[in-house]
Amino acid sequence: MSLFIELVLLSLSTILVNNFVLVKFLGICPFLGVSKKVSTAIGMSLAVTFVMTVASACTYLVQAFLLEPFGIEYMQTVAFILVIAVLVQFVEMVIQKFSPALYNALGIYLPLITTNCAVLGVALLNVQEGYDFIHSVVFGFSGGLSFMLGIVLFAGVRERLETADIPKALHGFPIALITAGLIAMAFLGFSGMKF
Amino acid sequence: MQIKEFTKGLIKENPTFVQLLGMCPTLAVTTSVSNGIGMGLSATAVLVASNVAISLCRKFIPNKIRIASYIVIIAAFVSAIEMLLKAYLPEISKSLGLFIPLIVVNCIILARAEAFASKNTVANSALDGLGIGLGFTGALTIISAIREILGNGTFLGMSLFGERFAPATILILPPGAFIVLGLLIGTINLIRSKNEKGGADE
Repeated sequence: MSLFIELVLLSLSTILVNNFVLVKFLGICPFLGVSKKVSTAIGMSLAVTFVMTVASACTYLVQAFLLEPFGIEYMQTVAFILVIAVLVQFVEMVIQKFSPALYNALGIYLPLITTNCAVLGVALLNVQEGYDFIHSVVFGFSGGLSFMLGIVLFAGVRERLETADIPKALHGFPIALITAGLIAMAFLGFSGMKF
Repeated sequence: MQIKEFTKGLIKENPTFVQLLGMCPTLAVTTSVSNGIGMGLSATAVLVASNVAISLCRKFIPNKIRIASYIVIIAAFVSAIEMLLKAYLPEISKSLGLFIPLIVVNCIILARAEAFASKNTVANSALDGLGIGLGFTGALTIISAIREILGNGTFLGMSLFGERFAPATILILPPGAFIVLGLLIGTINLIRSKNEKGGADE
């Protein structure tokens, strides 16, 4: 029971207090790139959440059963990025085969996930924090959820910004960054919470 | 060998302010000038090395698996830089932390590999990498200087304004990163559109 409570607290603190996008700055490229519409933002973040969860599990196994026994931890970065690239390719093929509808919805985002630093980031953080298998998977999953929360909120605001009257020099990217700053400020409110 | 391959990256094709690439490290590590410079120079070293290596291999990397090959080459150099920093600059390595291994997925480096190094000679690729890398370093230095001076009242750790200065701490917290970069890019857009108008009048 205490393990369950611990995992719930871990995921709450990952989603709210240490939000991947707004506090840790992981996955900013897709956060700014595919947040023009709420529907695409949801598609992207579903794909990211899935890959992050599976990647956490796989990289934990690679770290525990391949890198550590042979004492080659310095190959970590190379090994993890290869695992993630293979995984993304594999996920793409599986989804294409079994659920063409989902593939059509997520299709274009899947290859982009390889270079999403939130995925490599979560793998490296798992090792840094010394999480075991269950903690790694929960951390990966809630990291994905925190990405989803950030990007969906942001996309909602951005949809409205399309029609807003703002200074010409700020059109597009600059106003998006300032908006993200304001949302991040709101998330600062959670930082007092200690789990 | 052309010198313009070097100079274009500094201002005209600046990766941060003009191409808007590599935003994660730009926002995350610019809390102090020393972090900004450390990150910029590490990325520059990786960029030059990977551009040279990819340019050397460009004739025999099969087209279909080129992105995967680039990532492996880049990851190898990043691991080398990571170990060097840990050995010789442990403090910088500690404060940059996670973002050193994350240079692997920095879009600037992959973008230069794909758009430039895979099509050009070794010397030009090295110059291109150096120019883009220094442009990135310059951008990080400007952003981190603004954030450190206003947000902490210091520059490279030295106190600037004495004890009565109340720093705007929000600027070194995460929201400050977004807002400073947004306003900077907005200012650059404004200057650019004014220049273009001036050019059209003549």
